Amino acid sequence: MFASENGLKGDPRLEAISAAIRVVPDFPKKGIMFQDITTLLLDHKAFKHTIDIFVDRYRDMQISVVAGVEARGFLFGPSIALAIGAKFIPLRKPGKLPGKVISESYELEYGHDRLEMHVGTVEPRERVIIIDDLVATGGTLSAAISLLESQGAEVVECACVIGLPEVKGQHKLKGKPLYVLVEPSGVDEFC
Amino acid sequence: MQTIIISSPLVSHRLSLALPVPRSPLINYHHGAPPSIRLSSHRFTNSLRLFSSAAAASRDSEMATEDVQDPRIAKIAASIRVIPDFPKPGIMFQDITTLLLDTEAFKDTIALFVDRYKGKDISVVAGVEARGFIFGPPIALAIGAKFVPMRKPKKLPGKVISEEYSLEYGTDKIEMHVGAVEPGERAIIIDDLIATGGTLAAAIRLLERVGVKIVECACVIELPELKGKEKLGETPLFVLVSSA
Repeated sequence: MFASENGLKGDPRLEAISAAIRVVPDFPKKGIMFQDITTLLLDHKAFKHTIDIFVDRYRDMQISVVAGVEARGFLFGPSIALAIGAKFIPLRKPGKLPGKVISESYELEYGHDRLEMHVGTVEPRERVIIIDDLVATGGTLSAAISLLESQGAEVVECACVIGLPEVKGQHKLKGKPLYVLVEPSGVDEFC
Repeated sequence: MQTIIISSPLVSHRLSLALPVPRSPLINYHHGAPPSIRLSSHRFTNSLRLFSSAAAASRDSEMATEDVQDPRIAKIAASIRVIPDFPKPGIMFQDITTLLLDTEAFKDTIALFVDRYKGKDISVVAGVEARGFIFGPPIALAIGAKFVPMRKPKKLPGKVISEEYSLEYGTDKIEMHVGAVEPGERAIIIDDLIATGGTLAAAIRLLERVGVKIVECACVIELPELKGKEKLGETPLFVLVSSA
């Protein structure tokens, strides 16, 4: 569900966030309008708004774990975790985490990839949110949900800065709520 | 070898703190650790080294410990897990994921950096992919700076500048978006750990090429035997934990 449908309609912070995101056409390949959040990170106010909106939403929901998907989920997740007093768990590409891991595969347009998590990092029934910069097909987030649930955690919500059109009108991902701040910016805002 | 004198609020209140009792190696170490005592004892050795040789360790890189142990440092050091033989035999990998599971230790880590860098006119926090992305943004947000990710090749979508650096075998590249920083800006570069210093040195060169002044490199952990500091040239290095 988009933030504007969920109590933040007309919130000027959302417009500032959207305006700060740069669109790069034809990356990584032709036809893709890549939503570049690095320009959001350069805009201190807009970056702070992004974190504040998530923190306001989750601070009173007894969330003890924020899981972030490598690598852009790492840009948002830790700040949220720190502000709400939760642990941060990185969900990583294969071979990066040094300890004992569990892994889950997910589909790419061509082929598969895997997402890994350290075992023993969540207790059963801990309440978790999963963060990434953007949700497109939901494949990565689905794998993340599977990983956390296999360890007995309760995934309360998945949260992303940007949600692609495929997810509009779809409020749930694998039965879990999805919370998104903004839709993709159009090419007019390319700078 | 130059050290930037940055007045640290840590100094004044550290002097009034009693030396903390070393933590038991078995406490605070249940998150996903393989059940191996040898890991704990290695970590305990690190902590002891900190307590007893803080003065020596601070000789080359500036460490947060200096004369009297800030109790936050011991907790941070104790929360870092060492994994032997990763990614290959002989390497004692410093795993910060356990630090991220310790909410107090993570909060303290960020606070130590923020206390050092706020109010110093630093407008850029550059963080090296991927573990620099975990520590850099909270620091940037707290001190009012931009966060600039420095990434492996082909990850950044826009126009980039890149800098090559040596690996044990071969080379790698680090990239930054053109226009992310302006000449004259003051920056710090963050990573979780400095080993040989190759990556940080490349990051420094990249920022200096576009006219940015690097005030300091800041890492949670240093592996001093690898002499990474020597690769940083004039740029000072600040670390929280030194691990042999």
